Amino acid sequence: MIGNLDISILQQLWWIIASIVGSLFLFLTFVQGGQTLLWQVAKNSTEKALVINSLGRKWELTFTTLVLFGGALFAAFPKFYATSFGGAYWVWMLILFTFIVQAVSYEYRKKPDNVLGEKVYELFLLINGSVGILLIGAAVGTFFTGSNFIVNDFNQSRWTHPLMGVEAAFSLFNLSLGLFLVFNARVIGAMYLINNIDHSVAPELETRLRKACLINLICALPFLLYVLGSLLLMDGFGVDESGVVSIVAGKYLANLLAMPQVLVLLLAGLVLVVWGVISTSFLGGYRGIWFGGLGTVLVGLAVFFTAGFNNTPFYPSKADLQSSLTIYNASSSHYTLTAMSYVALVIPFVLAYIVYVWKLMDSKKIGQDDINDSKAY
Amino acid sequence: MGEIDLGLVSWSRAQFALTAMYHWVFVPLTLGLSFLCAFFESIYVKTGKEEWRNLTKFWMTLFGINFAIGVATGIIMEFEFGTNWSNYSWMVGDIFGAPLAVEGIVAFFLEATFFVVMFFGWDRVSKGFHLFSTWMVAIGSNLSALWILVANGWMQFPTGMAFNPDTVRFEMQNFWEVLFSPVAIAKFTHTTSSSFLVGSLFVIAISSWFLMRGRHIDMAKKSIVVASVFGLFSFVYVGFTGDESAYVNASTQPMKLAAYEGLWEGERNAGLVAVGALNPAKKPGDDKDSFLFEITIPKALSLMANRDTDSFVPGIDDLVYGNEAEGIVGVDKKMERGKQALHHLTAYKEAKKSGDEAAAQTALASFKVDQDYLGFAYLTSPEEAVPPVQTTFYTFHIMVYLALFFGFICIAYLVYSLKGTIEQKRWLFPLGIASFFLAMLASQAGWAVAEIGRQPWAIQDMMPVGVATSNIAKGNVIATFWMFTALFTLLLFAEVKIMLNVIKKGPEGSK
Ligand code: HDD
Ligand code: HEM
Ligand code: HEM
Repeated sequence: MIGNLDISILQQLWWIIASIVGSLFLFLTFVQGGQTLLWQVAKNSTEKALVINSLGRKWELTFTTLVLFGGALFAAFPKFYATSFGGAYWVWMLILFTFIVQAVSYEYRKKPDNVLGEKVYELFLLINGSVGILLIGAAVGTFFTGSNFIVNDFNQSRWTHPLMGVEAAFSLFNLSLGLFLVFNARVIGAMYLINNIDHSVAPELETRLRKACLINLICALPFLLYVLGSLLLMDGFGVDESGVVSIVAGKYLANLLAMPQVLVLLLAGLVLVVWGVISTSFLGGYRGIWFGGLGTVLVGLAVFFTAGFNNTPFYPSKADLQSSLTIYNASSSHYTLTAMSYVALVIPFVLAYIVYVWKLMDSKKIGQDDINDSKAY
Repeated sequence: MGEIDLGLVSWSRAQFALTAMYHWVFVPLTLGLSFLCAFFESIYVKTGKEEWRNLTKFWMTLFGINFAIGVATGIIMEFEFGTNWSNYSWMVGDIFGAPLAVEGIVAFFLEATFFVVMFFGWDRVSKGFHLFSTWMVAIGSNLSALWILVANGWMQFPTGMAFNPDTVRFEMQNFWEVLFSPVAIAKFTHTTSSSFLVGSLFVIAISSWFLMRGRHIDMAKKSIVVASVFGLFSFVYVGFTGDESAYVNASTQPMKLAAYEGLWEGERNAGLVAVGALNPAKKPGDDKDSFLFEITIPKALSLMANRDTDSFVPGIDDLVYGNEAEGIVGVDKKMERGKQALHHLTAYKEAKKSGDEAAAQTALASFKVDQDYLGFAYLTSPEEAVPPVQTTFYTFHIMVYLALFFGFICIAYLVYSLKGTIEQKRWLFPLGIASFFLAMLASQAGWAVAEIGRQPWAIQDMMPVGVATSNIAKGNVIATFWMFTALFTLLLFAEVKIMLNVIKKGPEGSK
């Protein structure tokens, strides 16, 4: 059944799936945002324990979503996987290092005899939440600003910039996108903690979290505006029917106008995030995370769709325009995309059990019992 | 396809080996201990006895400490194919990427989701749902092993695919052939069963330490009963699946089999070397003796390799230089044909580029004749097709000898437990403690056999490692190699210290 679909449909389908996974990851970076808030909102060990134990029940989900994002790109767009990871080597390595140190930190932070001490593990969490997310944002930014690589006739790629990917972080656009993601993660991180913790134990924590939510939105705004403004004005990369890539003035504005649904996603997403903040910071609500989270997903989708659809190479090369990757020239074969689409049918079930367990486990808020438990982080 | 930088290849291999071996310190324990935790908890739910709950929680704490670092070392494996083997990722990503993605979808989320319940759900969900979650973690872990081993099995025995000259890559033709390849099945069953053994010996080792110190005696004895039963089953299963692995090797990777058996010249009624020392001076094609001394079990190798004592088992020399009488084509001939294939492929690409469709079709037709040998074009000499024989031979024999020792340990612990005299068998405890470390050694040795024995191929007969790397300067890889070494060593050190501390404290509610 799926096998009868045209390959271009499958390629688009897989770009959508990858975009959904990537956007869900952005939502789940509330964990990273929470990690960077730790030092500001939690002033004593009880408050710290509440924050860590609340985040500690979710960090693996974020982590695993990142892993799946990598795996899905490998399976569906292997040329992107090979070109980007093998070329922008350092940016990815640095990102990975920040996740390696994150993975042990929750479990090891409070354990006796943990060699590095509590503070160092907390520093690891901070690095993961700041540097890690910043660099991910910079890497996503290159979908619009382009990268430095050449692909040869055998489809093998070579990076042409000596910084091997880290140069992405020196573009104002990429950097702004990265910083926006860092602050957005903090906004939704604060909302999540508001929602997840039983604040009768630590009322001041709640006050600080509500304030942090607003302040971080304000910090995020200039970067957001810069990214949006540039996106609408900048020259972009376009590909014509014969596959020739060229610089097109106002390309991304054109994409948004050509795909009004995407524009709607973007605007609705931003409104939802802002509403989440208003309800959290001014109205004393506890459900801001659902608005902020959904909003983040929608914004993420809009970003990925703008980058990949409407005859746009999603991974453009500045070094050689014709080496640029599109969802059509970077994808797996028809057979593999079909097989993977059947596998993807289980994704709704996976989501369903995640939601079920999440609700089951979170029906009671994180409180005193949880931080006194012998298993507590 | 450009020059091959040997320094880059070596460093990339070193980095992959380093990160994989670190990952593999934690993974077998996860695979085995997750099932043991599920057994312990099942007993608790069945009997409702407090001791079993405390015992379950104790082993789960150790499981959690190990799991965290297993995850930390795992993420790099997922991305390393891209960062360090990018040509590989392009050329076979169409096939190889799929199992990795499937692993993410069906296995990792199962682990990540239910791990939280297993750890923090004791007072939040019902007893039944908690037990279910523990089982889901065990099943999820082992499912993740399935998919990654399908991927690895495919590299050892590429099947279900075809080369596409237009995209210059291998493309999948049959998902089921990839999933149910005999190599994948052998790998999955052998790897998981050997990991069950590692997990069992971990429990036996720590429990022995408690018995030796005279602490937590009741809990230790209970743990030992469960672990030794599981260990014994696993031991038998390891033997069968190990034998099956060798049998599969005989048809899919005869060079690997010849290397780990130290068989230089092929023969009928081939004997199996039970004990022996290789002659280190021996080179392909010379007349030197293969062994300094050896004790051989007559006909056993032919039996193991082909299930037939009269059958011919090719040796290293037969595979390198060919053996017409037995219908074996040598590497030298395959290299010639591979070079033809590469030549025609290049001509095809050039004709396509210049728009000469007729020339393209001629070149393509010629390419098809020799395309199965394309990978051999990249070898510089026939002898390059021989893996490091010494390493492969000794690591294989270490693994097999240790297997016998583990069988003995499991039987001894089980028998004395059933007799109720285990506490008095003090001579056994040091052996039980040692068995865990030896099991780790055996498990690492197994991977060394599997991976070193397939050199120089990244993908058997299709792609040598030299062609598989990323096109980056080796300085980058050297830098990350040392970063990984430093970081993983530090984290391992922390893990061991934390574990020891938890073990020293022992389970709650027990002295
Ligand atoms: C899914 C694939 C896969 C899996 C599960 C493993 N490996 Fe592997 N291994 C490779 C895929 C691979 C590879 C990417 O293909 C390498 C790099 C170069 C090569 O030939 O194979 C490799 C090389 C390689 C080498 C270097 C051999 C040499 O240079 O002589 C060693 C020692 C190991 N591996 C060890 C392991 C261990 C201990 C593993 C257990 C976790 C393991 N491998 C799992
Ligand atoms: C090169 C090959 C490998 C890759 C790419 C890889 C990838 C990963 C990744 C990304 C994780 C973290 C998953 C998470 O987010 O929870 C992980 C953990 C895990 N992997 Fe691997 N892995 C490899 C080799 C293996 C092998 C050979 C096995 C088993 C036979 C295995 C079994 C596991 C298990 C059980 C876990 C759970 C955590 C733990 O180790 O304690 N992996 N792996
Ligand atoms: C009866 C004894 C055993 C036999 C005959 C045996 C045989 C083999 C063979 C032939 C391979 C290579 C498979 C390949 O390259 O495709 C292998 C690999 C391996 N062995 Fe064993 N083995 C035995 C015991 C053990 C034990 C006791 C352990 C660990 C506790 C172990 C762990 C492994 C591992 C982890 C691998 C790599 C994965 C794989 O290739 O399946 N083996 N074994």
